[in-house]
Amino acid sequence: MSKHWRREKDDDGIIWLHFDHADSGTNVLSDETLEELSDQLVKIEQAHPIGLVILSDKANGFIAGADIKGFTRVKDTKEAHSIIRRAHAIFKRLEGFSFPTLALIHGFCLGGGLELALACRYRVAREDEGTRIGLPEVKLGLFPGFGGSVRSMNLIGHLPALNMMLTGRSFSGSAARRLGLVDMAVPERHLLTAARHMILERPEPHRPTWQQKFPGGAPFRPLVAAYLKREVGKKARQDHYPAPYALIDHWERYADRPDDMYASEAEKVAELICSETAQNLIRVFFLQEQLKSQGRKSDIAPKHVHVVGGGVMGGDIAAWCALKGFTVTLQDRGPEFLNRAMGRAYSLFKKKLKKPHLVQAAADRLIPDVGGTGVPKADVIIEAIFENVEAKQALYKDLEPRIKKDALLCTNTSSIPLELLNVALKNPKRLVGLHFFNPVAKMQLIEIVSAKNTDKKEAKRAAAFARHIDRLPLPVRSSPGFLVNRILMPYLLEAVQLLDEQVPASFIDNAAMAFGMPMGPIELADTVGLDICLAVADKLAEDIPVQVPERLREMVQKGSLGRKSGQGFYRYAKGKKQKPTQSQGYVPPRDLTDRLILRMLNEAVACLREGVVESADMLDAGVIFGTGFAPFRGGPMHYVENRGLDDIRQQLEKMEQSQGGRFVADKGWETLFTS
Amino acid sequence: MASPKTNLKGRTVYVVDGSRTPFLKVQGPPGPFRASDLAVQAGRALLARQPFEPDALDEVILGCVSSGPDEANIGRIVALRLGCGHKVPGWTVQRNCASAMQSLDCAAQNIATGRSDLVLAGGTEAMSHHPLLLSEQMVAWLAAWNRARGLPARLQQLGKLRAGHFKPIIALMRGLRDPIVGMSMGQTAEVLADKFGVSREEMDAYAVESHKRLARALEKGWMDEIEPMYGPDGTLYQQDEGLRPDTDITKLGRLKPFFDRTVGKVTAGNSSQVTDGAALLLLASSTAVKKYKLPVLGRITDCQWAGLNPEWMGLGPVHAMLPLLQRHNLAVSDIDYWEINEAFATQVLACQRAWTCKFYTSRQLGLDKPMDPIDPARLNVDGGAVSIGHPVGTSGTRIVLHLLKVLQREDAKRGIASICIGGGQGGAMLVEREGGDS
Repeated sequence: MSKHWRREKDDDGIIWLHFDHADSGTNVLSDETLEELSDQLVKIEQAHPIGLVILSDKANGFIAGADIKGFTRVKDTKEAHSIIRRAHAIFKRLEGFSFPTLALIHGFCLGGGLELALACRYRVAREDEGTRIGLPEVKLGLFPGFGGSVRSMNLIGHLPALNMMLTGRSFSGSAARRLGLVDMAVPERHLLTAARHMILERPEPHRPTWQQKFPGGAPFRPLVAAYLKREVGKKARQDHYPAPYALIDHWERYADRPDDMYASEAEKVAELICSETAQNLIRVFFLQEQLKSQGRKSDIAPKHVHVVGGGVMGGDIAAWCALKGFTVTLQDRGPEFLNRAMGRAYSLFKKKLKKPHLVQAAADRLIPDVGGTGVPKADVIIEAIFENVEAKQALYKDLEPRIKKDALLCTNTSSIPLELLNVALKNPKRLVGLHFFNPVAKMQLIEIVSAKNTDKKEAKRAAAFARHIDRLPLPVRSSPGFLVNRILMPYLLEAVQLLDEQVPASFIDNAAMAFGMPMGPIELADTVGLDICLAVADKLAEDIPVQVPERLREMVQKGSLGRKSGQGFYRYAKGKKQKPTQSQGYVPPRDLTDRLILRMLNEAVACLREGVVESADMLDAGVIFGTGFAPFRGGPMHYVENRGLDDIRQQLEKMEQSQGGRFVADKGWETLFTS
Repeated sequence: MASPKTNLKGRTVYVVDGSRTPFLKVQGPPGPFRASDLAVQAGRALLARQPFEPDALDEVILGCVSSGPDEANIGRIVALRLGCGHKVPGWTVQRNCASAMQSLDCAAQNIATGRSDLVLAGGTEAMSHHPLLLSEQMVAWLAAWNRARGLPARLQQLGKLRAGHFKPIIALMRGLRDPIVGMSMGQTAEVLADKFGVSREEMDAYAVESHKRLARALEKGWMDEIEPMYGPDGTLYQQDEGLRPDTDITKLGRLKPFFDRTVGKVTAGNSSQVTDGAALLLLASSTAVKKYKLPVLGRITDCQWAGLNPEWMGLGPVHAMLPLLQRHNLAVSDIDYWEINEAFATQVLACQRAWTCKFYTSRQLGLDKPMDPIDPARLNVDGGAVSIGHPVGTSGTRIVLHLLKVLQREDAKRGIASICIGGGQGGAMLVEREGGDS
């Protein structure tokens, strides 16, 4: 008896093998499901069918990949290696069947799921964008380990396969068809017919063209490998993300020796799985799942979103909501405050949706609304006007009597405590902070901000709404700067302080990037806008002990506001950073990185102690998805744990002596990791 | 009071609200909006401010002379794009320049007879998107080319290709030409100028006045039915682009006649402007007015269509307006405001002359004595198609909507909007404010 797989033979003599994971809403390949598959394959081979079709009974897709939870339980490389070799053996049996085999794909077909499909002779996929076919292992610090690194190249050629694995990109059914990854891409209604047709007609399996084959030739491989490494280097450093480099080496060495290549795959992937990088990236994957679980979609069923404020944030929030299928009214004082937002929205729709009829539908859903006519109809109202307490209060007073009784009322304030704002309401409990980050279309995190008196139900509904628009909700307590800006700000200010000490900007930024930040703090400040940094810093300084460097104030007074004004700490021409003059022979201070990072960690500890977020894990999740904090380090608190509490505290003490009060260790360090 | 005879028998037809886009001048290349885009831009703001959801509409009816290749039955397309949902039917009507008055008439009839309670009706036209067509010789050549098999046959066919084959047909120009009498619309205006002795100076003076009236209306904020449009690139369109507030009789006098090139009088300056635009009205029965507590802008009380010699198509309003007055026992002085669509300055002037011309009214309309003159101060008070523009499938709704706005502003009771129609027809609509039988 099989728990997860079901076998059916039809009148044509074709066996249909249905995968329906008994303990999960999503099909994944675990030890258990793989062993059961192995048993099934043995029986199928004995039955001598006309053909075999493997398909999923889950509505959300075929197979989402290997069971990632299993990765965290692996003890050592030896165990990992034996698991991989076992999977190799099972897939090899499938590949060796004398009768035609086919994977029938809809929805998720990722990682191990695609590797299983690759071991079949044919693949048929549902054509639409909802079908996602790819090998995203690199995002977890790995590369495909169930034979995918070998079979993908044999099927679609070296460069397309490497490209797919190095970027972790996934493809729709139609796009996968163009790549040759699947043999047929059809609408849902034709899936079964197409599968039967392939099995009965037995066309020649897909093979790569000679142009796709020749870069794998021995004389070319070193050149291609060097080129690929250079390309990868633009995105990820080898010391931070070894997996793509390991994949390139693996390919360069074994591309023309399939048997050795399987062996090498098992060896390399086993090593990678046990590396700190992969384990941290897997941790980030689960942190993301944890954030997702903070909002339950069924808590709210909105149709109409009303956004007040057509500036960059308001406009982009409105566009994002329209993109995600909601009817959106966008309000501002006059059409001249809305047209830019409408233009930006249209570009977003075009970029994300591509098909003209979908772009048009999204654009039609976004309604400029100078008169605020959407207010009484909206299910969710998001205020995103400028950061001024009086203006916001006046707006709420005007809105409250007109909005639906059960409308969710939110503010996108980034720095004003909710207690200061909700007093303007007759029912102050209903206001929730929904703090988006800039750029809205890129930043996945939304801080769900609750004041002490905020209705818990409303905060839950806000988190649910975040899930409806495909963002990650992080519940935080209303306190200055909430979580992300509060932690970011000391780091940015320390960077400005370092500038004051004549450390060149490029050295500061390089140090941060060497640590793994996606962008250096100086460039980040320029990008956010120095005026905004100053406003947030001043706001924070009212409540927590941060000093705002004079340098920042002077820059803003001079009108040097960063990227948007063309001059910040760097110079910008047409939005592009100009190379700063070289500081030849300059030797940066040895504690440069720690000065930046420790300010951040110290603030993070303070946030934990104050209970701004619920747990260290949620803090890590928030900082990673809100700031891009080096994902391969697993988050700031995880970094503290890995590096060692004592080491960090000693370093803080040293810095307090040399740098003064900015580095006074927060009280929270005393109790960290004890509870 | 016994209900008077009317072409709209049955329930009262209320106009609740309306909006239109700014009218964008056709500059040559296709404009930023297709016909359906224009209607959506006008309609979404109109619907957003209603207390009901778009799916509460019973139907959507649009006038459009020529929609784009992806806009067949544009009424339905716009209904779907406005979020009315799958269950709201939509359809399209075409009566040339009066398409958008025809759509109002259809909507009004359906409300009067009880078929519908809430209807979005109007018109849209993107004249800048009217197509270029291949000539018939070219189409025939292409068909033969497709049939030709093998290199020799193909070469032979290639040899038959002539430069003249490539000359496109400009659909817009063909559409503005009467195929029965072989005259362009401008030439029919020349006929009227000739017949009623309208001089070049009179036409130009009328055009200048049209621009002045529109400029004043915009300045005073009397054009609040215009909804701004937002281009895909973020460009904002807020005003009718045809307005030339600085135009004067000298400047207009310099323009060359456009239709009868050497000795004619009708110029681009004293004709309506080729533009893109959409206009929509929300019509309701008393049931819908009560159900949603809708405000009432006015009522459509009657509508009249008339036919006449296509060469005199510009006089269509005279033929359509007269039966309205007769049927309702109204004198010219009972009508507070008039709109006669300004297809051509000379055509509006000719209408006024024919209206009071003993010869014309007796011969063509069978009247014993001519009509009282229409006070020019009560006719097209805020300008017309000469300054605002004339998107052919839209103007019928624009003039009815604006007439209602004028009645509201002046707290007046009764108005007539009328339009001439290429092919020799006229349409007129009687609208009223206050009272009613609800």
